[in-house]
Amino acid sequence: MERLILFVYQNRAFFTFLFLELFCAWLIVQNNAYQGSKFFNSSNGLVAAMNSFSQGVRDYFMLSEVNRTLSEENALLKKKVSQQPITYVLPNNALLRDSSFINQYDFVSAKVVNNHVDMVKNFITINKGKDDGLEPGMAVISPLGVVGKVKLVSSHYGVVTSILHVDVMVSAVLKRTEHFGTVQWDGKDPDQVELHYIPPHVRPNVGDTVLTSGYNAVFPEGVMIGVISSVDLNKDALFYEIKVRLSQDFRKLSWVTVVKNNHHLEQDSLEQVIEKLER
Amino acid sequence: MSRNIILSVISFFIYLLYQVLILQNVVLFHTAFCFLYVAYLLLLPVESNPLTLMGIGFVMGLAVDMFYDSVGLHAFACVLIMYVRNYWLNNLTPQGGYNTNDAPSVSLNGLQWFTVYATPLVFIHHAALFFAEVGGFSMFWFTLWKIITSTLFTIIVILIAQSLFPGRRSR
Repeated sequence: MERLILFVYQNRAFFTFLFLELFCAWLIVQNNAYQGSKFFNSSNGLVAAMNSFSQGVRDYFMLSEVNRTLSEENALLKKKVSQQPITYVLPNNALLRDSSFINQYDFVSAKVVNNHVDMVKNFITINKGKDDGLEPGMAVISPLGVVGKVKLVSSHYGVVTSILHVDVMVSAVLKRTEHFGTVQWDGKDPDQVELHYIPPHVRPNVGDTVLTSGYNAVFPEGVMIGVISSVDLNKDALFYEIKVRLSQDFRKLSWVTVVKNNHHLEQDSLEQVIEKLER
Repeated sequence: MSRNIILSVISFFIYLLYQVLILQNVVLFHTAFCFLYVAYLLLLPVESNPLTLMGIGFVMGLAVDMFYDSVGLHAFACVLIMYVRNYWLNNLTPQGGYNTNDAPSVSLNGLQWFTVYATPLVFIHHAALFFAEVGGFSMFWFTLWKIITSTLFTIIVILIAQSLFPGRRSR
C-alpha cells in the first residue's frame, strides 16, 4: 500500500494530467447530449453580459442591413393584414373559427448576443431566457428563415443550437413538388446545407424553394429554409444529393424570433401513445 | 516574486479578454482560427511546476470554452499541451540552460528557437481541439486543413505580438 501511494506520488503529474483530461472528456460528452451542461456555457450571466457588449459593437455595423429586413418584413405583414378582412367574409372558413389554432403559436423577439458559424457545432446565444417563458426545445426563426432550436436557458439568456450544427436535422418539404426530406449541415460551408432523402423519381430543380414541413412539433409549417443551389443524382443512388442555399445569412444574424408551440406537449404525448401501441 | 504573480494574473485576463472579445470574430476564409491565448500558456516561466501549469491551462481553457459554448474542448487541448510542454522544453535546452524565472520567449533565445518551440505545441493544441470538436476522424482532410491553416495563423499572430511587446513577461 505504501509503495502504491509512493508510486502515485512520484507520478503525480501524470495522474493529474489523466484526471483533468478525463474530466474534460466527460464535460465534452455531457455537452453533446441534448440538454447540455448546466453551468459552463454562454447563458451564464457574466459571460453573456460580456458577449452582448461585444455584439453591441458588431451590431453597429449591421444596422442598415437589419433596418432593411425589418422594413421589408413590415411591408409584407401590412400586406397580409390588409388582405385579412377578405378571408373573414369567406363562408365555411373552419381554420379561422377555431381559436385553439389561432393561438397555437406564441412569438418572442430576442436579440443575438453571441454567434458562431465556423465551428462544426455552432451555437447562438440570445438575450431571452426562462423569465421570458423560453424552454429548451422551442424553435427559433428569423424574418428570412429558420435559425435553430433552443438548447438550454438560464433566467435571462438562452443558448440556441443553430442549424449549422452537424447533429441537427430539420424536417423539410419541397414547396413545388411537396416531397419530404431532411435538412442537415455538412460542417463546411455556412451558406449551404444538404437536403437528404429525396427519392430519384422526384424532379427537383435548381432554384426550388425548401420549407419546413411541420412534421415535428418544433417548427411551424412553411418557414423558409432556402433555395436549391445544386442537384446531383449518382448512378444507383437511392436519393439525390441536393445542396440548399440558406435564405438567412447566419453571419448577419442580429434579431431572431423564438416560437412557442402551445400544442407541442399535446402532439408529442399523442404520438408517444401511438408509438407505444405499435410496439 | 509576488510582482511576477500579479503581472501574470493581469496578463491572464488580458489574453482571455482579447481572445473572446476580438479574436472570436476573426476567422479567415471559414478555416483559419486564431487562438492567441495559447501564447499565454507557452510564455509561462520555464521552471514552473507541471501541476501548476496544467491547473492554469485547465482554468484558461475552461474560461475560453464558456464563451465558445464548447465545454471542455479548449480545456482538453490546453491541459494536453501543458503536460507536454516541459518535456519539450527540456529537449530544447539552449547552451547554459535556463534561469528559473525565464519566460521562453523570442527575447530569450531568438526568433528561430521560439518558432521551433512554439509551432509543434500550437499544432498539437489545434489538432486536439478540432478533432475533439468533430468527435472523431469523419472529416479528416477538411479538419487537417483547418488545423494547418489555423496553426500558421496563430503562430504568425503570436510572433507579431512578441515583436510588439518584447520581453513583457520575460523579467
